Amino acid sequence: MQSTAHAFKANVGHALVDDNLQQSLAILKVGFSERRRQAAERLPEFEALRDRARDIKNHALAHLDFYLEAFEAKVTALGGHVHWAPTAADARAAVLDICRRAGARTVTKSKSMIAEEIALNDHLEAHGIEPVETDLGEYIIQLRREPPSHIIAPAVHLTKDQVADTFLEHHRKLGFDKRLTERNDLVAEARQVLRRRFLEADVGITGANFLVAETGSSMLVTNEGNADLTNTLPRVHVVIASIEKVIPTLEDAATLLRVLARSATGQESASYTTFNTGPRRPDDPDGPAEYHVVLLDNGRSSVLGTQMQDMLRCIRCGACMNHCPVYGAIGGHAYGWVYPGPIGAVLTPQLVGVEEAGNLPNASTFCGRCESVCPVRIPLPKLMRHWREREFERHLTPASVRQGLALWAFLARRPQLYRRATGIANRMLALFGRADGRYGWLPLARGWTRHRDFPAPQAGGTFHAQWKARGGARR
Amino acid sequence: MSGREQILGTIRRSLKRDALSGAAREAAEARLRQHPVNIVPARAAGTPDERLRTFEHWATFNHATVARVAAAEVPQAVADYLTSNNLPARAVMAPDPALDRYDWGGRPLLELRRGLPLDADRVAITGALAGIAETGTLVLASGPAHPTSIHLLPETHVAVLREADVVGPMEEVFDRLRARYGEGVMPRTVCTVTGPSRTGDIEQQLELGAHGPRRLHILLVGD
Repeated sequence: MQSTAHAFKANVGHALVDDNLQQSLAILKVGFSERRRQAAERLPEFEALRDRARDIKNHALAHLDFYLEAFEAKVTALGGHVHWAPTAADARAAVLDICRRAGARTVTKSKSMIAEEIALNDHLEAHGIEPVETDLGEYIIQLRREPPSHIIAPAVHLTKDQVADTFLEHHRKLGFDKRLTERNDLVAEARQVLRRRFLEADVGITGANFLVAETGSSMLVTNEGNADLTNTLPRVHVVIASIEKVIPTLEDAATLLRVLARSATGQESASYTTFNTGPRRPDDPDGPAEYHVVLLDNGRSSVLGTQMQDMLRCIRCGACMNHCPVYGAIGGHAYGWVYPGPIGAVLTPQLVGVEEAGNLPNASTFCGRCESVCPVRIPLPKLMRHWREREFERHLTPASVRQGLALWAFLARRPQLYRRATGIANRMLALFGRADGRYGWLPLARGWTRHRDFPAPQAGGTFHAQWKARGGARR
Repeated sequence: MSGREQILGTIRRSLKRDALSGAAREAAEARLRQHPVNIVPARAAGTPDERLRTFEHWATFNHATVARVAAAEVPQAVADYLTSNNLPARAVMAPDPALDRYDWGGRPLLELRRGLPLDADRVAITGALAGIAETGTLVLASGPAHPTSIHLLPETHVAVLREADVVGPMEEVFDRLRARYGEGVMPRTVCTVTGPSRTGDIEQQLELGAHGPRRLHILLVGD
């Protein structure tokens, strides 16, 4: 998809005044994090499993070429096909070619962030093949022609009423002409509509949560069962996965699964965790006759061995965004590309360039919650700081910020002057009305005060003055 | 240069080495061959009786229903379940020889068809390769005895699971798969199913029966 990450600040402006979005985010902020906390508490080994999960991914990345070749050998031995795609364009071309050879008119898809990353749907549509998203959230946003706003809950920005309107608009022509008001009715109607699409599709395209080198299996984790129908009913199954998804063994998969569902939705396990290995066997009563795996690089191989390698451990659970105060305030669309939240702030500059996405790693309070919940312990604040440094080095930081930093650095190196300047600023702020305890308006701070109040300094002077008054400098 | 060479070449340049060789290669090969177990949660351990209780607890926690029955009671238990849920006494049953040991003929009112499911089928009856106590999960492997679509298309799935097939953690399922199919060999699909199909995609509220079964009923059969 076309990035709008450069327009981050404008995107945020819209997000903060979008009532439907704010209503949805209010649910998200408590729901996901509370369920994750409870799931972690139910499993005493959870923290040890996170360490082990991190180690498994680190090991896999350090031996990535070996495990990819081992995976390929297994798939090929079973009569499956592996397609290596260095770029997004290569991956799109490989999938289109498979669909054309299969004479496909419609393809069913189960949710795949890689498909979003390579903008697969647009490409298929442009070539006369209709992609049908089958994950309920992904289906809703496909009807609305919107990108996902969350990596595991793509329609999390929408309210039930918005879904009801969307269904009425698009399902009317299929004979569903009543506007539904209950959630279970909406789910049932989508089930009916999509069941027909499942049964008529020529090709099924899925992502993969993991690729297992030991057996050549691609693994899928879903709650709806849509991925299983997608990989079982059509004649051709195509898996699209990025190269860092490969792990050594089934036992390693078991460890990663134990942290994945708990971190993502707070479930003990997702409803469906499926290992797909090759095409249907001669005596199988169903399943696809053809099995393809498209391996996407798209710049990942050059991240190996750098300070940024840690980002490749990500297992796409979404915990970092579920716990991020910035994501919780602005939602996913404001980030402007496929991956939102803290992991998006780290991945997007890598995948679309720091020139385009430099705003994202700046959209962080560095509170550290993302790192504290990451199941594979990715040091997200450190990686965001790294991008800020690259941005500064390349002189991409806005002049006002550079000047502000220069002024601050000048003062910070001169303690006497610093204390005097902050003392004056403190008294100046007081003049604007300490009585309320906050300001609804301040000169030079409109970006802040437009959406929220600025806290007024409390009585007692600057931090330095108070520290001194309390004898804090003495040992 | 092919895409394959390009990707592998970049990986090796980034990792500052050639293709793995010598001791490093042998260690990685050994890991694939030996597939060492990592950390297994203590809740997966226990006597066979404790395992069954653990299985029942987590299956129920995950919105499945479980009934413990003797082998002779299986057809009756299926019929009773269908009646109590206002479902027709008609089902598609997996062509699994392991299901032949139950006396289905003793319940003439239960209309059964063996084979592939049709879209119109409302109830499916299947066996299961194993149950995982740790999470209350069913393990269903594709093959002549079990078409994958049978546990996905109908709205109600009744699974017949033998007590002896309930293992502790997922790792024991892998051992069973290796014993049955060979080292490093898997059937086309191994589906692990934990509770019925569900979605939280509308306002993050749980709804059962998104695309797969709305109800999952597990008959845990003693010998």
